[in-house]
Amino acid sequence: MTLADASYPEELLYHPEHDWARIEGEEATFGITWYAQDSLGEVVFFEPPEAGATVTKDAPYAEVESVKAVSDVIAPLSGEIVAVNDALADAPERINEEPYGEGWLVRVRLSDPAEAEGLLSAADYRKVLESD
Amino acid sequence: MTLKRTPLHEQHVAAGAKLVPFAGWEMPVSYEGIREEHAAVRNHAGLFDVSHMGQVEVEGPGAQAFLQRVLSNDVAAIDVGGAQYSCLCKEDGGVLDDLIAYRLGGDRYLIVTNSANHEADLAWLGRWSRSFDVAVRDVADRYAMLAAQGPHARGVVARALGTELPERMCIATARIGGRPALVCGTGYTGEDGVELLIDPEVSAAIWAELLDAGTVPCGLGARDTLRLEACLPLHGNDLSPDRNPIEAGLGWCCKEQTGFIGSDAIATARAEGTAERLAPFRIEGAGIPRQGNAVLAAGEHAGAVTSGTFSPSLEVGIGMAYLRAGLAEPGTEVEIDVRGKHRPARIASKPLYRKEK
Repeated sequence: MTLADASYPEELLYHPEHDWARIEGEEATFGITWYAQDSLGEVVFFEPPEAGATVTKDAPYAEVESVKAVSDVIAPLSGEIVAVNDALADAPERINEEPYGEGWLVRVRLSDPAEAEGLLSAADYRKVLESD
Repeated sequence: MTLKRTPLHEQHVAAGAKLVPFAGWEMPVSYEGIREEHAAVRNHAGLFDVSHMGQVEVEGPGAQAFLQRVLSNDVAAIDVGGAQYSCLCKEDGGVLDDLIAYRLGGDRYLIVTNSANHEADLAWLGRWSRSFDVAVRDVADRYAMLAAQGPHARGVVARALGTELPERMCIATARIGGRPALVCGTGYTGEDGVELLIDPEVSAAIWAELLDAGTVPCGLGARDTLRLEACLPLHGNDLSPDRNPIEAGLGWCCKEQTGFIGSDAIATARAEGTAERLAPFRIEGAGIPRQGNAVLAAGEHAGAVTSGTFSPSLEVGIGMAYLRAGLAEPGTEVEIDVRGKHRPARIASKPLYRKEK
């Protein structure tokens, strides 16, 4: 398996629990960061939540599992899930290979877009990683 | 507490291994990835640094009588150059450790212990050795231990080291890296292979030589998935001082007629049966079981998972659990409570994974 190199795209916003959000108007796509997938190791199981479910900022909304461990996925923002990445059921390794691309997890209609002000820039997220 | 490091620590760091604390040691859990390493052992040859494992030498005129007293198996049946799996039991039959005893000479044996139990084993053996004419020595610092495992492991090791290898469940002396060494036909993966007990000073060179020869470095992550597919129990998970060998399915390595410590309790457990039995299972569908998950049968609590993982060979969740004895039969349908989700599973026969020949 080829794994992506460490990267934290500038256009994304980050949650200190190692999740990212790509905001596009009133919706946002969520995923886990390069650091999160690297710490976890090869992802072998992701069960997406149901479309229509509500997610709350800072609360877990799904789980990703590697061979050895399971990890909660934290919502960086609040809203209602409008789409899930069904392709991950058969190819969870995409979360490792392209954590910011094909490895996205859910798409959410935001209930409070102003919450985004509490998220981190790529530079600030890197500082969180360095201080760990 | 400072974690202990094996003589190969620098090699692991240089190889980019993910290091984790394990039983007081800083050990590589994986290098390139658990699935790749697992496949390397199933299909070719993997190389593990298992220098965290403990070694105890038992020597003296009373060595055999002493080991017969403390080990569950029939130690008198081990020929010089032979090896035997055994449990170290308390008086009530609880399993303090599971180990392999190798007979190095007429009055000389080597025991390889689990690292987490090494100190306690030494204390236990020391205490019981007093009434025998025997010396019990901790020789863990004397050895680095490498395990080469997989269908091609023997060939690769024999060519690279230019040494003959002992048969399965045998041990031979050798010179490796110009130093005295022991080669054991044992392992913990369900594959053929050898374990090398070598001088720590030459271990880095031998490690590099065996990798150059085509073995793949493998960490404890793959070791765990491999041993669980093979249904080899892990002490601390599937075996414990609160469980006897009968309920763990290890009655085959207990020979009560030898009168070992715990033999009375084990004879009773064998005769009367135990309330619970350790059984392997596989999940039918999605979900990965983990240690501590509850097992349900017909909606009722039926036991608990002691080891669980994703099986890279079967691509499904697998595990072992202690279940009410009547349920621990292959084919029984149960559910595993994986963090609130009830995952259908079926009790399997051992091993969970068997290679198609």
